[in-house]
Amino acid sequence: MMAARFLRRALPALRQTRCYAEVASGSPQMSFTFASPSQVFFKEVSVKQVDVPTLTGAFGILPAHVPTLQVLRPGVVTVFGDDGSTAKYFVSSGSVTVNADSSVQLLAEEAVLLDQLDIAAAKANLEKAQSQLAGTSDEAAKAEVQISIDANEAIVKALE
Amino acid sequence: MFARSSALVFSPQCGQVRNMATLKDITIRLKSIKNIQKITKSMKMVAAAKYARAERQLKPARIYGNGALALYEKADIKAPEEKASKHLIVGVTSDRGLCGAIHSGVAKTIKNEIANLTGAGKEVMVVNVGDKLRGLLYRTHGKHIILNCKEVGRKPPTFTDASIIATELLNSGYEFDQGSIVFNTFRSVISYKADRKPVFSNDVVANSETMGVYDDIDADVLKNYQEFALVNILFLALRESSASEQSARMTAMDSASKNASEMIDKLTLTFNRTRQAVITKELIEIISGAAAL
Repeated sequence: MMAARFLRRALPALRQTRCYAEVASGSPQMSFTFASPSQVFFKEVSVKQVDVPTLTGAFGILPAHVPTLQVLRPGVVTVFGDDGSTAKYFVSSGSVTVNADSSVQLLAEEAVLLDQLDIAAAKANLEKAQSQLAGTSDEAAKAEVQISIDANEAIVKALE
Repeated sequence: MFARSSALVFSPQCGQVRNMATLKDITIRLKSIKNIQKITKSMKMVAAAKYARAERQLKPARIYGNGALALYEKADIKAPEEKASKHLIVGVTSDRGLCGAIHSGVAKTIKNEIANLTGAGKEVMVVNVGDKLRGLLYRTHGKHIILNCKEVGRKPPTFTDASIIATELLNSGYEFDQGSIVFNTFRSVISYKADRKPVFSNDVVANSETMGVYDDIDADVLKNYQEFALVNILFLALRESSASEQSARMTAMDSASKNASEMIDKLTLTFNRTRQAVITKELIEIISGAAAL
Protein backbone atom coordinates (compact mmCIF):
# COMPACT_ATOMS: atom_id res chain seq x y z
CA MET A 1 0.00 0.00 0.00
CA MET A 2 2.89 2.30 0.78
CA ALA A 3 4.55 1.42 -2.52
CA ALA A 4 1.42 2.41 -4.41
CA ARG A 5 1.49 5.80 -2.74
CA PHE A 6 5.11 6.15 -3.77
CA LEU A 7 4.28 5.41 -7.41
CA ARG A 8 1.36 7.79 -7.40
CA ARG A 9 3.70 10.53 -6.31
CA ALA A 10 6.41 9.61 -8.80
CA LEU A 11 4.11 9.36 -11.85
CA PRO A 12 3.24 13.05 -12.33
CA ALA A 13 6.94 13.85 -12.78
CA LEU A 14 6.99 11.64 -15.87
CA ARG A 15 4.15 13.46 -17.60
CA GLN A 16 5.06 16.47 -19.71
CA THR A 17 1.85 18.43 -19.38
CA ARG A 18 1.44 18.62 -15.60
CA CYS A 19 4.52 18.70 -13.45
CA TYR A 20 3.30 19.77 -10.03
CA ALA A 21 5.66 17.40 -8.25
CA GLU A 22 8.65 19.72 -8.64
CA VAL A 23 7.16 22.86 -7.17
CA ALA A 24 5.09 21.94 -4.13
CA SER A 25 2.70 24.56 -2.88
CA GLY A 26 3.76 24.04 0.72
CA SER A 27 7.37 24.16 1.91
CA PRO A 28 9.29 21.62 -0.15
CA GLN A 29 11.95 21.25 2.52
CA MET A 30 11.61 18.68 5.23
CA SER A 31 12.63 19.96 8.66
CA PHE A 32 13.90 16.77 10.28
CA THR A 33 14.44 16.38 14.01
CA PHE A 34 15.85 13.08 15.26
CA ALA A 35 16.61 12.75 18.97
CA SER A 36 16.83 10.33 21.86
CA PRO A 37 16.50 11.37 25.53
CA SER A 38 20.27 11.71 25.88
CA GLN A 39 21.42 12.74 22.43
CA VAL A 40 20.31 14.83 19.49
CA PHE A 41 21.26 13.51 16.05
CA PHE A 42 19.48 15.95 13.75
CA LYS A 43 17.84 19.21 14.74
CA GLU A 44 15.50 20.77 12.20
CA VAL A 45 17.82 19.80 9.38
CA SER A 46 16.72 19.63 5.80
CA VAL A 47 17.19 16.11 4.44
CA LYS A 48 16.12 14.30 1.32
CA GLN A 49 14.55 11.15 2.70
CA VAL A 50 14.21 9.15 5.90
CA ASP A 51 13.39 5.44 6.09
CA VAL A 52 11.74 4.37 9.33
CA PRO A 53 10.67 0.93 10.67
CA THR A 54 7.22 1.12 12.23
CA LEU A 55 4.80 -1.35 13.77
CA THR A 56 2.75 -1.27 10.56
CA GLY A 57 5.75 -1.68 8.29
CA ALA A 58 8.76 0.23 7.05
CA PHE A 59 8.24 3.30 4.93
CA GLY A 60 10.20 6.20 3.59
CA ILE A 61 9.39 9.81 4.30
CA LEU A 62 10.06 12.46 1.68
CA PRO A 63 9.24 16.16 1.82
CA ALA A 64 5.51 16.79 1.48
CA HIS A 65 4.67 13.34 2.80
CA VAL A 66 1.09 13.04 4.01
CA PRO A 67 0.86 13.87 7.75
CA THR A 68 0.86 10.80 9.95
CA LEU A 69 1.72 9.45 13.38
CA GLN A 70 3.49 6.16 13.77
CA VAL A 71 5.09 4.08 16.47
CA LEU A 72 8.54 2.60 15.82
CA ARG A 73 9.67 -0.96 16.33
CA PRO A 74 13.27 -2.16 16.68
CA GLY A 75 15.00 -1.60 13.38
CA VAL A 76 17.22 0.58 11.26
CA VAL A 77 16.55 4.23 10.46
CA THR A 78 18.30 5.46 7.32
CA VAL A 79 18.71 9.18 6.74
CA PHE A 80 19.54 10.37 3.22
CA GLY A 81 21.05 13.84 3.47
CA ASP A 82 20.75 16.61 0.92
CA ASP A 83 24.37 16.08 -0.11
CA GLY A 84 23.82 12.41 -0.91
CA SER A 85 25.28 11.00 2.31
CA THR A 86 23.47 8.26 4.19
CA ALA A 87 23.51 7.60 7.91
CA LYS A 88 22.14 4.46 9.52
CA TYR A 89 20.98 4.25 13.12
CA PHE A 90 19.50 1.38 15.08
CA VAL A 91 16.46 2.43 17.12
CA SER A 92 14.82 0.43 19.89
CA SER A 93 11.39 2.04 19.87
CA GLY A 94 9.76 5.44 19.76
CA SER A 95 7.48 7.53 17.63
CA VAL A 96 7.56 9.44 14.38
CA THR A 97 5.35 12.43 13.54
CA VAL A 98 4.98 13.91 10.08
CA ASN A 99 3.18 17.25 10.23
CA ALA A 100 1.30 19.16 7.58
CA ASP A 101 4.10 21.70 7.20
CA SER A 102 6.50 18.92 6.24
CA SER A 103 8.32 18.82 9.56
CA VAL A 104 9.25 15.38 10.84
CA GLN A 105 9.97 14.56 14.48
CA LEU A 106 11.58 11.18 15.03
CA LEU A 107 11.87 10.45 18.74
CA ALA A 108 13.62 7.23 19.67
CA GLU A 109 13.88 5.81 23.14
CA GLU A 110 17.36 4.56 22.34
CA ALA A 111 19.30 5.11 19.15
CA VAL A 112 22.87 4.27 18.18
CA LEU A 113 24.92 4.43 15.03
CA LEU A 114 24.86 1.06 13.34
CA ASP A 115 28.64 0.63 13.38
CA GLN A 116 28.64 0.83 17.19
CA LEU A 117 26.80 -2.50 17.49
CA ASP A 118 28.60 -5.83 17.78
CA ILE A 119 26.96 -8.70 15.89
CA ALA A 120 28.58 -11.40 18.03
CA ALA A 121 27.20 -9.89 21.23
CA ALA A 122 23.78 -9.51 19.60
CA LYS A 123 23.72 -13.17 18.54
CA ALA A 124 24.74 -14.27 22.03
CA ASN A 125 22.00 -12.12 23.60
CA LEU A 126 19.47 -13.52 21.15
CA GLU A 127 20.27 -17.12 22.05
CA LYS A 128 20.15 -16.31 25.75
CA ALA A 129 16.76 -14.62 25.35
CA GLN A 130 15.34 -17.50 23.32
CA SER A 131 16.37 -20.05 25.95
CA GLN A 132 14.86 -17.78 28.63
CA LEU A 133 11.57 -17.71 26.77
CA ALA A 134 11.32 -21.47 26.99
CA GLY A 135 11.95 -21.29 30.74
CA THR A 136 9.53 -18.59 31.94
CA SER A 137 5.84 -19.03 32.41
CA ASP A 138 4.84 -15.65 33.88
CA GLU A 139 3.01 -13.48 31.31
CA ALA A 140 4.75 -10.22 32.10
CA ALA A 141 8.20 -11.83 32.16
CA LYS A 142 7.40 -13.61 28.90
CA ALA A 143 6.49 -10.28 27.27
CA GLU A 144 9.77 -8.75 28.43
CA VAL A 145 11.79 -11.66 27.05
CA GLN A 146 9.85 -11.44 23.79
CA ILE A 147 10.79 -7.76 23.51
CA SER A 148 14.42 -8.69 24.03
CA ILE A 149 14.16 -11.37 21.33
CA ASP A 150 12.58 -8.93 18.85
CA ALA A 151 15.22 -6.31 19.47
CA ASN A 152 18.14 -8.73 19.20
CA GLU A 153 16.72 -10.31 16.05
CA ALA A 154 16.43 -6.88 14.50
CA ILE A 155 20.01 -6.03 15.45
CA VAL A 156 21.34 -9.26 13.95
CA LYS A 157 19.33 -8.70 10.78
CA ALA A 158 20.55 -5.13 10.51
CA LEU A 159 24.19 -6.04 10.91
CA GLU A 160 24.20 -8.93 8.47
CA MET B 1 28.06 53.33 82.37
CA PHE B 2 24.85 52.41 84.07
CA ALA B 3 23.08 54.75 81.66
CA ARG B 4 24.84 53.09 78.71
CA SER B 5 23.83 49.61 79.71
CA SER B 6 20.22 50.63 80.19
CA ALA B 7 20.37 52.19 76.73
CA LEU B 8 21.47 48.81 75.45
CA VAL B 9 18.54 47.13 77.15
CA PHE B 10 15.90 49.49 75.79
CA SER B 11 17.04 49.92 72.21
CA PRO B 12 16.31 46.76 70.17
CA GLN B 13 17.97 47.79 66.92
CA CYS B 14 19.22 44.28 66.33
CA GLY B 15 15.81 42.88 67.14
CA GLN B 16 16.77 41.44 70.49
CA VAL B 17 17.06 42.69 74.04
CA ARG B 18 20.55 42.00 75.33
CA ASN B 19 21.57 42.10 78.92
CA MET B 20 25.17 43.16 78.31
CA ALA B 21 26.22 40.18 76.22
CA THR B 22 29.28 38.55 77.70
CA LEU B 23 32.33 37.68 75.67
CA LYS B 24 31.41 34.04 76.00
CA ASP B 25 27.97 34.51 74.42
CA ILE B 26 29.42 36.40 71.50
CA THR B 27 32.13 33.80 70.99
CA ILE B 28 29.59 31.00 70.90
CA ARG B 29 27.43 32.88 68.45
CA LEU B 30 30.39 33.75 66.24
CA LYS B 31 31.54 30.15 66.11
CA SER B 32 28.12 28.85 65.17
CA ILE B 33 27.65 31.42 62.39
CA LYS B 34 31.09 30.60 61.00
CA ASN B 35 30.12 26.92 60.88
CA ILE B 36 26.90 27.79 59.10
CA GLN B 37 28.82 29.85 56.57
CA LYS B 38 31.10 26.90 55.86
CA ILE B 39 28.09 24.65 55.33
CA THR B 40 26.28 27.05 53.01
CA LYS B 41 29.47 27.63 51.02
CA SER B 42 29.97 23.91 50.50
CA MET B 43 26.28 23.47 49.61
CA LYS B 44 26.76 26.17 47.00
CA MET B 45 29.76 24.33 45.51
CA VAL B 46 27.82 21.08 45.38
CA ALA B 47 24.80 22.79 43.82
CA ALA B 48 27.07 24.48 41.25
CA ALA B 49 28.54 21.14 40.20
CA LYS B 50 25.11 19.51 39.99
CA TYR B 51 23.77 22.50 38.09
CA ALA B 52 26.54 22.26 35.49
CA ARG B 53 25.64 18.63 34.85
CA ALA B 54 21.89 19.29 34.88
CA GLU B 55 22.21 22.10 32.36
CA ARG B 56 24.33 19.95 30.10
CA GLN B 57 21.76 17.15 30.22
CA LEU B 58 18.94 19.61 29.65
CA LYS B 59 20.09 20.62 26.17
CA PRO B 60 19.25 17.37 24.32
CA ALA B 61 16.26 16.77 26.57
CA ARG B 62 14.76 20.11 25.52
CA ILE B 63 14.98 19.30 21.82
CA TYR B 64 13.57 15.84 22.51
CA GLY B 65 10.69 17.17 24.64
CA ASN B 66 9.83 19.95 22.21
CA GLY B 67 9.74 17.37 19.44
CA ALA B 68 7.17 15.46 21.46
CA LEU B 69 5.10 18.59 22.00
CA ALA B 70 5.28 19.57 18.33
CA LEU B 71 2.22 17.53 17.43
CA TYR B 72 0.02 19.23 20.02
CA GLU B 73 1.17 22.64 18.94
CA LYS B 74 1.00 22.16 15.19
CA ALA B 75 -2.32 20.33 15.26
CA ASP B 76 -3.62 22.88 17.77
CA ILE B 77 -5.49 20.28 19.77
CA LYS B 78 -7.97 21.67 22.25
CA ALA B 79 -10.43 19.82 24.42
CA PRO B 80 -14.12 20.67 23.93
CA GLU B 81 -14.98 23.39 26.42
CA GLU B 82 -18.66 22.73 27.10
CA LYS B 83 -18.95 19.35 28.70
CA ALA B 84 -17.83 18.76 32.28
CA SER B 85 -14.40 17.34 31.79
CA LYS B 86 -12.04 15.68 34.17
CA HIS B 87 -8.79 17.50 34.62
CA LEU B 88 -5.40 16.32 35.73
CA ILE B 89 -2.54 18.40 37.10
CA VAL B 90 0.93 16.94 37.48
CA GLY B 91 3.20 19.07 39.67
CA VAL B 92 6.94 18.48 39.34
CA THR B 93 9.31 19.63 42.09
CA SER B 94 11.59 17.58 44.33
CA ASP B 95 12.18 16.29 47.85
CA ARG B 96 14.73 18.77 49.10
CA GLY B 97 14.40 22.35 50.20
CA LEU B 98 16.78 25.28 50.63
CA CYS B 99 16.25 26.24 47.00
CA GLY B 100 14.39 29.51 47.12
CA ALA B 101 10.85 29.74 45.80
CA ILE B 102 10.97 26.62 43.60
CA HIS B 103 8.37 24.55 45.42
CA SER B 104 6.10 27.41 46.48
CA GLY B 105 5.94 28.74 42.91
CA VAL B 106 4.64 25.45 41.56
CA ALA B 107 2.30 25.00 44.51
CA LYS B 108 0.86 28.48 44.00
CA THR B 109 0.20 27.81 40.29
CA ILE B 110 -1.48 24.51 41.13
CA LYS B 111 -3.64 26.06 43.85
CA ASN B 112 -4.80 28.78 41.44
CA GLU B 113 -5.59 26.17 38.80
CA ILE B 114 -7.59 24.06 41.25
CA ALA B 115 -9.52 27.14 42.38
CA ASN B 116 -10.35 28.11 38.77
CA LEU B 117 -11.40 24.62 37.75
CA THR B 118 -13.51 23.81 40.81
CA GLY B 119 -15.09 27.25 40.45
CA ALA B 120 -16.10 26.26 36.91
CA GLY B 121 -17.51 23.00 38.21
CA LYS B 122 -14.89 20.67 36.77
CA GLU B 123 -13.32 17.75 38.54
CA VAL B 124 -9.58 17.99 39.03
CA MET B 125 -7.01 15.61 40.48
CA VAL B 126 -3.35 16.22 41.25
CA VAL B 127 -0.26 14.07 40.94
CA ASN B 128 2.69 15.15 43.12
CA VAL B 129 6.18 14.45 41.94
CA GLY B 130 8.33 15.34 44.91
CA ASP B 131 7.74 15.26 48.63
CA LYS B 132 7.91 19.01 49.11
CA LEU B 133 4.87 19.54 46.90
CA ARG B 134 2.94 16.94 48.86
CA GLY B 135 3.77 18.81 52.05
CA LEU B 136 2.52 22.07 50.58
CA LEU B 137 -0.69 20.70 49.10
CA TYR B 138 -2.00 17.91 51.28
CA ARG B 139 -3.27 20.08 54.10
CA THR B 140 -5.56 22.27 52.00
CA HIS B 141 -6.10 20.20 48.84
CA GLY B 142 -5.56 16.72 50.20
CA LYS B 143 -8.68 15.29 48.61
CA HIS B 144 -7.45 16.20 45.13
CA ILE B 145 -4.24 14.17 45.35
CA ILE B 146 -4.17 10.78 43.68
CA LEU B 147 -0.47 9.99 43.45
CA ASN B 148 2.71 10.94 45.31
CA CYS B 149 6.25 10.33 44.10
CA LYS B 150 9.21 10.32 46.47
CA GLU B 151 12.99 10.09 46.10
CA VAL B 152 12.97 12.78 43.46
CA GLY B 153 15.93 15.11 43.12
CA ARG B 154 18.60 12.97 44.76
CA LYS B 155 20.00 11.79 41.44
CA PRO B 156 19.63 13.36 38.00
CA PRO B 157 16.33 12.32 36.38
CA THR B 158 16.35 9.59 33.75
CA PHE B 159 13.93 8.45 31.08
CA THR B 160 13.15 5.43 33.27
CA ASP B 161 11.92 7.72 36.06
CA ALA B 162 9.56 9.46 33.67
CA SER B 163 8.23 6.16 32.38
CA ILE B 164 7.61 4.88 35.92
CA ILE B 165 5.59 8.00 36.76
CA ALA B 166 3.62 7.73 33.51
CA THR B 167 2.89 4.03 34.09
CA GLU B 168 1.59 4.64 37.61
CA LEU B 169 -0.49 7.56 36.40
CA LEU B 170 -2.11 5.55 33.61
CA ASN B 171 -2.68 2.57 35.93
CA SER B 172 -4.26 4.75 38.62
CA GLY B 173 -7.60 4.45 36.88
CA TYR B 174 -8.35 8.15 36.73
CA GLU B 175 -9.84 8.76 33.27
CA PHE B 176 -8.88 12.33 32.63
CA ASP B 177 -9.84 14.27 29.51
CA GLN B 178 -7.17 16.86 29.60
CA GLY B 179 -4.61 18.24 31.95
CA SER B 180 -1.35 20.01 32.34
CA ILE B 181 2.08 19.43 33.78
CA VAL B 182 3.28 22.28 36.02
CA PHE B 183 7.02 22.63 36.42
CA ASN B 184 9.77 25.25 36.57
CA THR B 185 11.37 25.96 33.22
CA PHE B 186 15.00 26.91 33.37
CA ARG B 187 15.64 30.29 31.80
CA SER B 188 19.08 31.22 33.11
CA VAL B 189 21.33 30.74 36.12
CA ILE B 190 19.45 33.36 38.05
CA SER B 191 15.95 32.99 36.66
CA TYR B 192 13.34 30.27 36.24
CA LYS B 193 9.62 30.37 35.61
CA ALA B 194 6.70 28.14 36.53
CA ASP B 195 5.26 26.87 33.27
CA ARG B 196 2.50 24.50 32.12
CA LYS B 197 2.49 22.05 29.26
CA PRO B 198 -0.73 20.38 28.08
CA VAL B 199 -1.63 16.73 28.32
CA PHE B 200 -4.58 15.26 26.44
CA SER B 201 -6.39 11.96 26.61
CA ASN B 202 -6.68 9.61 23.65
CA ASP B 203 -10.33 10.46 23.05
CA VAL B 204 -9.72 14.19 22.94
CA VAL B 205 -6.86 13.79 20.48
CA ALA B 206 -8.75 11.34 18.28
CA ASN B 207 -11.84 13.50 18.10
CA SER B 208 -10.04 16.78 17.49
CA GLU B 209 -10.85 18.19 14.05
CA THR B 210 -7.31 18.96 12.98
CA MET B 211 -6.34 15.34 13.56
CA GLY B 212 -8.23 14.42 10.44
CA VAL B 213 -5.27 15.71 8.46
CA TYR B 214 -3.16 12.91 9.88
CA ASP B 215 -3.48 9.83 7.80
CA ASP B 216 -3.84 6.17 8.62
CA ILE B 217 -4.08 6.22 12.42
CA ASP B 218 -5.80 3.38 14.22
CA ALA B 219 -6.67 3.31 17.90
CA ASP B 220 -3.79 1.04 18.87
CA VAL B 221 -1.15 3.19 17.24
CA LEU B 222 -2.63 6.33 18.78
CA LYS B 223 -2.65 4.78 22.24
CA ASN B 224 1.01 3.79 21.99
CA TYR B 225 1.91 7.18 20.56
CA GLN B 226 0.11 9.03 23.35
CA GLU B 227 1.73 6.97 26.08
CA PHE B 228 5.16 7.61 24.62
CA ALA B 229 4.40 11.33 24.26
CA LEU B 230 3.31 11.51 27.90
CA VAL B 231 6.58 9.97 29.03
CA ASN B 232 8.52 12.37 26.83
CA ILE B 233 6.77 15.44 28.22
CA LEU B 234 7.26 14.19 31.80
CA PHE B 235 10.93 13.62 31.02
CA LEU B 236 11.30 17.18 29.77
CA ALA B 237 9.53 18.50 32.88
CA LEU B 238 11.82 16.50 35.19
CA ARG B 239 14.98 17.72 33.50
CA GLU B 240 13.91 21.37 33.38
CA SER B 241 12.80 21.24 37.00
CA SER B 242 16.10 19.70 38.06
CA ALA B 243 18.16 22.39 36.32
CA SER B 244 16.01 25.20 37.78
CA GLU B 245 16.23 23.69 41.26
CA GLN B 246 20.01 23.36 41.26
CA SER B 247 20.51 26.89 39.97
CA ALA B 248 18.05 28.24 42.56
CA ARG B 249 19.81 26.35 45.35
CA MET B 250 23.12 27.76 44.17
CA THR B 251 21.87 31.36 44.36
CA ALA B 252 20.07 30.74 47.67
CA MET B 253 23.16 29.28 49.31
CA ASP B 254 25.27 32.07 47.85
CA SER B 255 23.09 34.75 49.45
CA ALA B 256 23.03 32.76 52.70
CA SER B 257 26.84 32.71 52.73
CA LYS B 258 26.95 36.45 52.05
CA ASN B 259 24.47 37.15 54.85
CA ALA B 260 26.47 34.95 57.20
CA SER B 261 29.71 36.77 56.42
CA GLU B 262 27.93 40.08 57.04
CA MET B 263 26.77 38.84 60.42
CA ILE B 264 30.27 37.61 61.18
CA ASP B 265 31.72 41.05 60.43
CA LYS B 266 29.19 42.79 62.68
CA LEU B 267 29.65 40.28 65.48
CA THR B 268 33.44 40.53 65.26
CA LEU B 269 33.20 44.29 65.72
CA THR B 270 30.85 43.84 68.69
CA PHE B 271 33.22 41.23 70.11
CA ASN B 272 36.18 43.56 69.87
CA ARG B 273 34.24 46.42 71.39
CA THR B 274 33.07 44.21 74.26
CA ARG B 275 36.57 42.91 74.79
CA GLN B 276 37.96 46.43 74.97
CA ALA B 277 35.16 47.44 77.32
CA VAL B 278 35.98 44.54 79.66
CA ILE B 279 39.68 45.42 79.64
CA THR B 280 38.93 49.08 80.28
CA LYS B 281 36.62 48.15 83.15
CA GLU B 282 39.28 45.97 84.77
CA LEU B 283 41.91 48.69 84.34
CA ILE B 284 39.63 51.29 85.94
CA GLU B 285 38.97 48.96 88.86
CA ILE B 286 42.68 48.35 89.32
CA ILE B 287 43.58 52.04 89.05
CA SER B 288 40.79 53.22 91.32
CA GLY B 289 41.72 50.50 93.79
CA ALA B 290 45.38 51.56 93.66
CA ALA B 291 44.38 55.25 93.97
CA ALA B 292 42.36 54.45 97.06
CA LEU B 293 45.42 53.13 98.84
